[in-house]
Amino acid sequence: MGNGWHGKVLRVNLTDKSCTVEPLNMEWAAAFIGGRGLASKYLTSEVDATVDPFSSENKMILATGPLTGTYGAANGRYMVVTKSPLTGTIACSNSGGYFPCELKYAGYDLVIIEGKAESPVYLKIKNGEAELADAGHLWGKTTAETEDAIRAEFHGDAKVACIGPAGESLVRYACIVNDKHRAAGRSGVGAVMGSKNLKAVAVRGTGGVATADNAAFRAAARDTLKMLRQHPVTSEGLPALGTAVLVNIINQSGALPTRNSQCGTFDKAEEISGERLAQTFLKRNKGCMGCVIACGRVTRLADPRFSGAGEGPEYETLWSLGAACGVSDLAAIVHANYLCDEYGMDTITMGSTVACAMELYERGLLGDADTGMPLKFGDADAMVRLVEMTGKGEGFGVRAGLGSYRLAESCGAPELSMSVKKQEFPAYDGRAIQGMGLEYATSNRGACHVRGYLVSPEILGVPEKLDPEAVAGKAVWAKAFQDVTAVVDSAGVCLFTTFGIGIPQVTRLFNAATGFGYSDEQMMEIGDRIYTLERLFNLKAGIDPSQDTLPKRILEEPLPDGPLKGAVSHLPEMLSEYYDVRGWEKGIPTAAKVKSLGLA
Amino acid sequence: MQKLIRIEPSKCIGCKSCEMACSFRHRGEFAPSKSRIINEVFMEEAQFITVTCMQCNDPWCMKACPKGAIEKDMASGIVTVDEMKCVGCRTCVSACPFGMIRYLDETGKADKCNLCGPDFPECVAFCPTHCLQYSEEDLPLREKVLRFARTMKDGQGEV
Repeated sequence: MGNGWHGKVLRVNLTDKSCTVEPLNMEWAAAFIGGRGLASKYLTSEVDATVDPFSSENKMILATGPLTGTYGAANGRYMVVTKSPLTGTIACSNSGGYFPCELKYAGYDLVIIEGKAESPVYLKIKNGEAELADAGHLWGKTTAETEDAIRAEFHGDAKVACIGPAGESLVRYACIVNDKHRAAGRSGVGAVMGSKNLKAVAVRGTGGVATADNAAFRAAARDTLKMLRQHPVTSEGLPALGTAVLVNIINQSGALPTRNSQCGTFDKAEEISGERLAQTFLKRNKGCMGCVIACGRVTRLADPRFSGAGEGPEYETLWSLGAACGVSDLAAIVHANYLCDEYGMDTITMGSTVACAMELYERGLLGDADTGMPLKFGDADAMVRLVEMTGKGEGFGVRAGLGSYRLAESCGAPELSMSVKKQEFPAYDGRAIQGMGLEYATSNRGACHVRGYLVSPEILGVPEKLDPEAVAGKAVWAKAFQDVTAVVDSAGVCLFTTFGIGIPQVTRLFNAATGFGYSDEQMMEIGDRIYTLERLFNLKAGIDPSQDTLPKRILEEPLPDGPLKGAVSHLPEMLSEYYDVRGWEKGIPTAAKVKSLGLA
Repeated sequence: MQKLIRIEPSKCIGCKSCEMACSFRHRGEFAPSKSRIINEVFMEEAQFITVTCMQCNDPWCMKACPKGAIEKDMASGIVTVDEMKCVGCRTCVSACPFGMIRYLDETGKADKCNLCGPDFPECVAFCPTHCLQYSEEDLPLREKVLRFARTMKDGQGEV
């Protein structure tokens, strides 16, 4: 029998149309687990950090973890790792649903995609067999249309991950959508897929995943379930309202970045809240495979202007297409969220880019001649229109498809892009939650909330309550959260379970599945190793420590409203402490540190 | 008293934990394709439907079996395949109108839900929302009746 991993890598070369199977490097698996860590090891070993992300030299890795496809901690997750066309850093985007498990059941730990196809193709995987098929007839189709078409012609039970028109036209924040409504969302992984002329990966897997010690694994999973069913966040907050439970909480904390981060509260937050969504368009809750939480929101839009169905919006989307744009029209936000899924675009960067464009317009840095329409904060119709134009690659949408940084830079005001390393913030103001500011500045894929979610201690009080205004000690917390997240992302576990379980439980599941005997400390060291490996790639890619910063607005303009009125980010103080905690000399991992992590 | 797996679809979240638990318990690996209980996800209609063998009182599979390899225990109500007698002819697979008995390549025998024999059903143990329950009485149905009755009550004016 097996032990979590299959020990198999599928390598697909799009240039010469070959699909080969090779053994997984188990030495690397032991040091980097799987998923994010292991794929990062393969990517950084095989791809020169300086390559153009859209060139055929860039590779894209779909990676499951040793726990993907098992039960216990919502283990229905996979990672897409590549070099990002948005940030130029390493990109790793996570998604859940059914596709990740199906890939595992088909018998592969990783799928490495390299080269570039001459014309559109899609990858068909049926258990041990893989082949490339023509995708000329799918090009231009939306993600849902693509999935339906592939199911009809390949296999009725196939699970599909694909790009939409945005990925084809290289929108720099195009995502890869699986199971129609789940996305490996951030950093433009879908654009890399588009640049390779790869429309979709379709999988039918009827095999299984074996664990080393079934009895121990079952016992660990039972305990995990019990913990998740008891913790208020995973048993009440997320099931009841999904991630959208945060809209009111974060707004009340004065940390909801509103109108392109000009304010920290949104006076109409109630209208776009999880509570309002539950009263209006929510049909039911949904889990990914193996999930106990079910934060997924199955929604139906019944509004005189819009109709449709899908999943979401998530909290980040309610914020980005809502508060960030000053928009409180919930139906319009839900509709725009569906459009992003259909065209295949990251909702966070999409909404933030609309918000940035609105500020550029209001400041006169963009005019009607540029945009083709008025773009003012609060204009829901304009927001929807711009999302549609971006997805279709029409008019001003082409410029919006570059992301907020490149757009603002082209208007001579890059400081109006609320981003780090050219990737936009998610829905927390770094002035109101100091640790999150540090997290954005040091995240290896640019601003991000799922690399070290300090909102959990700073606002939610999990695992313990920290003062969001405090600076001292935040560096230690940031490193710890980042390292835990790297482990979780590598094991194939859902990050949301970490509200209810900690590293000891993840380690227990991991050891029972793999037959390893790692200690919690060894697991945390693996997290540090993965984080440092990503950092080294970014440094080689030319992303120097001077980019570990925040926009001028967050560092210098005091928050004008809310309970934390007057606050700015104290990043410089936290950053030097952070480098010390990491063992990085002025942001560069020391030779001793690199050696101690086995990365030399 | 006979017990059954009761299914309340409105509580299902489409997580397929039941399929994972079943295959891990009976096949020793996580392989939903080999699960005896099936959780179907109908995204367009937002419906998640779980089906498994309901241990018929007069089982088609049992009647069809030419080898007498399928038995119904009258005390527990469980319909079981005797692997010693089963020759893998698949007649039962054709006979079951619900598709709830299948032929397994790896054993060469028919395979169906036996409510985990003497143990508590594993799918129920791992169902995170109690969409699945193991009970003697038809409790979920009773709940539905009560919900309907309460609605009626709420609609009544003062007498």
